[in-house]
Amino acid sequence: MGRSETSGAGDTTPVAPTRQESSSEGSRTVLGTKRRERIDGLAESGGDTAAGVSLAASAWRRLRRSPTFLVGAGIICAFVLLALVSPLLAQHDPALRLLEEQVSRADNSIPPPQPGFPLGGDQYGRPLLSRLLLGSQQTLLVALLATVIGLGGGLTLGILAGAFGGWVDTLVMRVVDVLLSVPSLLLAVSIGALFQQQSQFTVIIAVATVQIPIFGRLLRGTMLAQRASDHVLAARALGVRQRSIVFRHMLPNALGPVIVQATLMLAVAIIDAAALSFLGLGAADTSTPEWGQMLGSAQNFFDTHPHLAFWPAGCIIVVALGFTLVGESLRDALDPKKRR
Amino acid sequence: MALLEVRDLSVRFVRRHEPTVSAVDGISFDVHPGSTVGLVGESGCGKSVTSLAIMGLLPQRGTEVSGSAKLAGSELLRLSRREFDRRRGKEIGMVFQDPLTSLNPVVPIGVQISEVIERHRGLSRRDAKREAARLLDRVGIPDPTRRLGEYSHQLSGGMRQRALIAMALACEPRLLIADEPTTALDVTIQAQILSLLRELVAETDTALIMITHDLGVVAGMCDEVNVLYAGRIVERAQRHELFSRPRHPYTAGLMASVPRLDSPRGQRLAPIDGSVADNIPWERGCAFSPRCGNALAVCGQRAPELETTDAGEQLRCHNPVDATETVERADD
Repeated sequence: MGRSETSGAGDTTPVAPTRQESSSEGSRTVLGTKRRERIDGLAESGGDTAAGVSLAASAWRRLRRSPTFLVGAGIICAFVLLALVSPLLAQHDPALRLLEEQVSRADNSIPPPQPGFPLGGDQYGRPLLSRLLLGSQQTLLVALLATVIGLGGGLTLGILAGAFGGWVDTLVMRVVDVLLSVPSLLLAVSIGALFQQQSQFTVIIAVATVQIPIFGRLLRGTMLAQRASDHVLAARALGVRQRSIVFRHMLPNALGPVIVQATLMLAVAIIDAAALSFLGLGAADTSTPEWGQMLGSAQNFFDTHPHLAFWPAGCIIVVALGFTLVGESLRDALDPKKRR
Repeated sequence: MALLEVRDLSVRFVRRHEPTVSAVDGISFDVHPGSTVGLVGESGCGKSVTSLAIMGLLPQRGTEVSGSAKLAGSELLRLSRREFDRRRGKEIGMVFQDPLTSLNPVVPIGVQISEVIERHRGLSRRDAKREAARLLDRVGIPDPTRRLGEYSHQLSGGMRQRALIAMALACEPRLLIADEPTTALDVTIQAQILSLLRELVAETDTALIMITHDLGVVAGMCDEVNVLYAGRIVERAQRHELFSRPRHPYTAGLMASVPRLDSPRGQRLAPIDGSVADNIPWERGCAFSPRCGNALAVCGQRAPELETTDAGEQLRCHNPVDATETVERADD
């Protein structure tokens, strides 16, 4: 047995280089020189781990050529990078009222842009740019955690309903129906209001709760489609364990639309979280900046100082746009009909 | 003793507010080790439902399965789901019709094969992988170690079907059910796959149930042939007898509707009149009688029983085609 294995492995060695050659040849005709090097690198690194081209790899190949994806991913990367390095970029402590003496209730004045403070201050005299920069951390974190929790909950419900069917399915889906029947923002507000003390944590839970039924229903549908598919029937005919059928044969095939939805949901989560903060259901302590909360506290100054609302609102829109663009392009890339 | 004994197998689909559908209606047949038994018939005649019932793969809700199917003396139809899971794949293997959709698109085929080996033969992952490579080699896939890491969409149609056969054979089942294994393949590949199956049956003494609507496949593969119509066996004969002297008008009609190289130029094919929609229920008479050229008055009143003829065939017909009348056929 051992001998036959080694002879089999010997056969593969001459084959591997020819495959890499052909892939680099193909790219030479289609793509420019700069890109070719990157693709060659990818082909080599991918070739080591797996001989085959998985769904993920073929989706990635198409994504790299999609301008929508590149723009969206660029936006997201820029903001994530910003969130990571913002403590270094921010020149001032966002909680300090450094420009407090320039704030006047009487003539409704707010610190204008000045040396050291490119965007001026907010209505408490805190440095606006530093708050904006550090606010990216909170906003992205809240959106990410809320989506992760929502995804986790939705996956659990979807797997239960889709894999077992029958009364489990009925029970889970009726709960989902109830949750979906309440308008999402109203649901989030109600859940946020359940907590004694408002904090970022309540925002996360509220936003996640809104997402759970959406993910759950989506996954249930795709799981049911998988359950009726030929390859699941074939796996059952081979006596494959139920656990393996659900997690190896059904779930990975059912996940595509859920991944797309998750990306789109990040955008929704950012907007929902901002809406909750805007409505005053966010953290009561405003010393840690967050865009939604900044936008909310700027509402009294819309007519006199619109820039207070413009900057956080602009950031929210651009980040949400980034996630939406990535989601859209992912949906196209994961479309099995376009797969080659 | 036969390896598989099917006795009076019936499958009924029960629907709310609608009449019950009888998909399979009292089928009995035996399969012996090393032999190939064909289940032949048109769409909806119950051939696939028969195989799914034997495999325990019919949905539990809305289906009533009765009768008995014994594999080496032990009853299959009353196994619990868990027991069935343990025996499926190990004692009975199945090859499906469409190799593209029957393979999981996101799992490399090597994993799909070794999964079955690990499950039923208790080998380690490493040994299972080596065994999977050996199986791929056995079913004629070149460079098997590399193919193990590939996905179904990277294989050609013929290779996919070979991979599926390798999976079905992974645990050396005593019974293999092939449900139209060549329908989705082109003719040359079809011939290759059939000769592969023939070879495997001969080498390992596996029993094979061949489900098909293709008389060419039957002629090339089967020792014994069961012709199904509307859920019942209407004729059962050895291959040679069936092709040289079809007795049931349906079987004769099927053969007349197949183009032949030795028929005169310009001669039209003779299709069977009507369609399955014209059938009458077996309770009222012979289901085929409205389409049958040989039908007598009795055919629409009383269903014929499956009876053994003088030649040792089994036949369900009041007025069979005269054995002497049929054309001589050059047999292979």
